Amino acid sequence: MQRRRFMKLAAVGGGAVFASGLAGCSSLAGPGGNKDRDFYFVQLSDSHWGYKGPDNPDAAGTLPKAVAAVNALGTQPEFLMFTGDLTHTTDDPGERRRRMTEFRSIVAGLNVKEVHFMPGEHDASLDRGAAFQELFGPTHYTFDRHGVHFIVLDNVSDPGARIGDEQLQWLEADLAGRDRAAPIVVFTHRPLFDLVPKWDWATRDGAKAIDVLLLHQNVTVFYGHIHQEHHQMTGHIAHHAAKSLIFPLPAPGSQDKRTPLPWDAAAPYKGLGFREVEGELGAAPAYRLEEFPVVRT
Amino acid sequence: MTNRARRTALARAAGAISAWAIGAMGVRSIAPAFAQADDERVIEVVARRFFFTPSEIVLKRGQPVTLAFTAVDFMHGFNVPDLGVRADLVPGRVTKVRLVPAKAGTLDFLCDNFCGDGHEGMVGKLIVQE
Repeated sequence: MQRRRFMKLAAVGGGAVFASGLAGCSSLAGPGGNKDRDFYFVQLSDSHWGYKGPDNPDAAGTLPKAVAAVNALGTQPEFLMFTGDLTHTTDDPGERRRRMTEFRSIVAGLNVKEVHFMPGEHDASLDRGAAFQELFGPTHYTFDRHGVHFIVLDNVSDPGARIGDEQLQWLEADLAGRDRAAPIVVFTHRPLFDLVPKWDWATRDGAKAIDVLLLHQNVTVFYGHIHQEHHQMTGHIAHHAAKSLIFPLPAPGSQDKRTPLPWDAAAPYKGLGFREVEGELGAAPAYRLEEFPVVRT
Repeated sequence: MTNRARRTALARAAGAISAWAIGAMGVRSIAPAFAQADDERVIEVVARRFFFTPSEIVLKRGQPVTLAFTAVDFMHGFNVPDLGVRADLVPGRVTKVRLVPAKAGTLDFLCDNFCGDGHEGMVGKLIVQE
């Protein structure tokens, strides 16, 4: 019997169907005891280190709290993926590097030693990823675990939110010749699809990447940028957005402007958090997602 | 067909608007272009981090207008997502976008080139009146 909340996304008849529920057990168990998983990682996103403002009066404390919360998980993940906007943007190249250095120092406190990073537009768009590459390495890359091919796509180093033809060709070449039934997990910062273009929640050439990925049967995308949990299908591809570690943003298209949701002193850190992803690999790979708050109340 | 392509096709099919942009590279047709009449209304718009001035642009339904953008500090973007119309606003040149609004209503536009801390608020509205 599964112990965790189970979320399965499936496409039927070319349309997007979202099916979610509890798999066999109504208990939302805490971490640990995940004997049935094939792999397990944690997604963190959008810490915006360096942000100062009323929407998070504990901006300097939230990332360290998240690190502590991940370290407190009963079973440590195999790896951790940070899906961009590690730092809040600044015009000053020296300040940008200082923020990235501080961020790196804080996350060095994670017990998980395999940590993957990618940039968000706040990290990379003003210098086309130069500082990020100096401190964290490439902005797009791949790695493999347990037969799953993980692809990190950069849709932020171009300030116009393009992946770009060169990277798209790299993606096509990477996938060429692969078993089309093999599980693929893609990490991006911005949504690859047009979620809310008027809020800049889109990737200008994201449809090209989706067209390439649609040739493969088992593709799942995890991204950040929109500062909230969100799930959507494009064809048979599931896209899952993560919460942030700085301030939540309004539901897609729910108001005129995408202004942050105000800090709630009665419920501090509300809407912030991170996610566990458990992959069960089989003929039809499934991913179980569990959301965690930064601070348990 | 992607959502973006579908939106563009719908906008074109409805004849809701037409636009073209002129830059140093010459004329780039976004939709069927119309010659600009000598007496056509031209609205100058300044794009500066992190504002469009004016940010609300009132248009008349059926009346052609040219938006003449000047970007002063960054290559901002002008994007009207619901119409599939966008242009890069390159500093040092005037970027013209011609519109023929066919329907009354309000359309959002935004800078879609990330320009710094405040980019998220660099938005505006086209208000098309009868």
